[in-house]
Amino acid sequence: MFYLNDIGRYFIMIRMSFFKPCKWKVLKKLIFKEINDLIIESIPIVSILSFFIGAVISIQTALNLSNPFLSKSLIGFATRQSVILEFAPTFMSIIMAGKVGSYITSSIGTMRVTEQIDALEVMGINPLNYLVFPKIIALLFYPFVITIAMFTAIFGGFLAMTFAGVPSEAFITGIQMDFEPYHVFYSYIKTILFAIILATVPAYHGYYMKGGALEVGKASTSSFVWTSIIIIVVNFIITQLLLS
Amino acid sequence: MIEVKGLVKSFDGNMILNNISTEFVQGKTNLIIGQSGSGKTVLIKCLLGLHSPDDGEIVYDGVSNRNMTQAEKTLLRREMGMVFQGSALFDSMSVLENVMFPLKMLTKKHNDEIVQRAVDAIKRVELKKAKEKLPSELSGGMQKRVAIARAIVMNPKYLFCDEPNSGLDPKTAIVIDNLIQEITKEYNITTVINSHDMNSVMEIGEKIVFLENGIKNWEGTNKEIFSTKNKSITDFVYSSELLKKVKKFL
Ligand SMILES: Nc1ncnc2c1ncn2[C@@H]1O[C@H](COP(=O)(O)OP(=O)(O)O)[C@@H](O)[C@H]1O
Ligand SMILES: [Mg+2]
Repeated sequence: MFYLNDIGRYFIMIRMSFFKPCKWKVLKKLIFKEINDLIIESIPIVSILSFFIGAVISIQTALNLSNPFLSKSLIGFATRQSVILEFAPTFMSIIMAGKVGSYITSSIGTMRVTEQIDALEVMGINPLNYLVFPKIIALLFYPFVITIAMFTAIFGGFLAMTFAGVPSEAFITGIQMDFEPYHVFYSYIKTILFAIILATVPAYHGYYMKGGALEVGKASTSSFVWTSIIIIVVNFIITQLLLS
Repeated sequence: MIEVKGLVKSFDGNMILNNISTEFVQGKTNLIIGQSGSGKTVLIKCLLGLHSPDDGEIVYDGVSNRNMTQAEKTLLRREMGMVFQGSALFDSMSVLENVMFPLKMLTKKHNDEIVQRAVDAIKRVELKKAKEKLPSELSGGMQKRVAIARAIVMNPKYLFCDEPNSGLDPKTAIVIDNLIQEITKEYNITTVINSHDMNSVMEIGEKIVFLENGIKNWEGTNKEIFSTKNKSITDFVYSSELLKKVKKFL
């Protein structure tokens, strides 16, 4: 019963954020600000993490392909598959649940506990449109971040293998081997769903929180827990639907 | 003038406001007093339309809150200004941007005019020098002034203040109280102020409503409050040792 109530309120929140919009001039500014805060400022950490994880994936694959009869190009192939299918969209989204999610929860939550949301409401402004809508729109650019993650991870794998003495032609052949556009489609479908989850689940935790500064911290933590659980479960469902 | 008739509000089965009837007079500072938790904030939020009452009626200059359409509610909101207990300034915006905010969001005025009106409001609360500062760089009293400027920049008919001098030293508190009273007279606003501060009661209590456990226990003026025989009122008024001593000399 308790969770049903939350789920209902969550969907009503999303719906309400599209109603009674603020002036377009104001919204445009807010959207650009959120694109900067949520998308652009996430690119450095995403690139660094992807680069090293990509390198580790290729090293570990190489370790398991020690049989001299197996072609070295399989390393490139396996790295590409794990990066595109799982690592870039899902793993990165969990990281983003920590970075972007806790930022969203704490910024909206602080506005709630200091009555700034009430102040918006008193002025006759729809706080959900003002606060949540620009974040949803900004995160529609999230696939762009994941694309960067895919490229840097594969590049990280490539560099690691070059250092390890694997001929670069073999790795590149592997990257191009048996390419399935459908896998990329599946990956981007996931990414868009994760983007919507990343914008709305933390916003929900911030918007409906009660209490003071201490509770803002607690809300950020539970927001991270819930966002990552939902991402993992949605990942499972989408994979069942699209890949099996 | 705001008339409140038989207002009832409860949360999760707890009756917070129990059949409150009173009126708040135009051009005067109307005070709602009572202990913490007595329902003052809930009453103000009902007047603002942030809480919808379970029963009863609120009449704003002849316009009842019953059967109001959403559009009418929005229009009524624009005639209201609110000073929140913690000021509720937008912390990413400067003083000037905070005061300009309602004009920018809700009117179609030209930017020059918006800036002019915001600067006028900031001048009115005597903060001209601080207009480029961020709220975090201001003292509590200055933040309250910004909140007042933001509340009056749309020329409201109704001004609500939730404990406007909580967290301020006694001297600043009286300055803020007096500022609110001056503005009330100047623009002939219906002002409703929540307070549990006896200094405010004495300074600006032109009309006082005393709440106790969600019931209106007493109402009157700051002249009457010291002579009433009402036990709850005298307990509240003379709660401090200092005032008890003063009472002996009266
Ligand atoms: N949104 C709410 N939900 C549930 N209970 C509330 C809510 N707002 C206030 N209350 C309860 O109403 C009572 C009166 O609160 P309030 O009006 O804030 O008191 P005060 O007179 O100190 O301003 C308190 O017991 C409080 O717990
Ligand atoms: Mg209160």
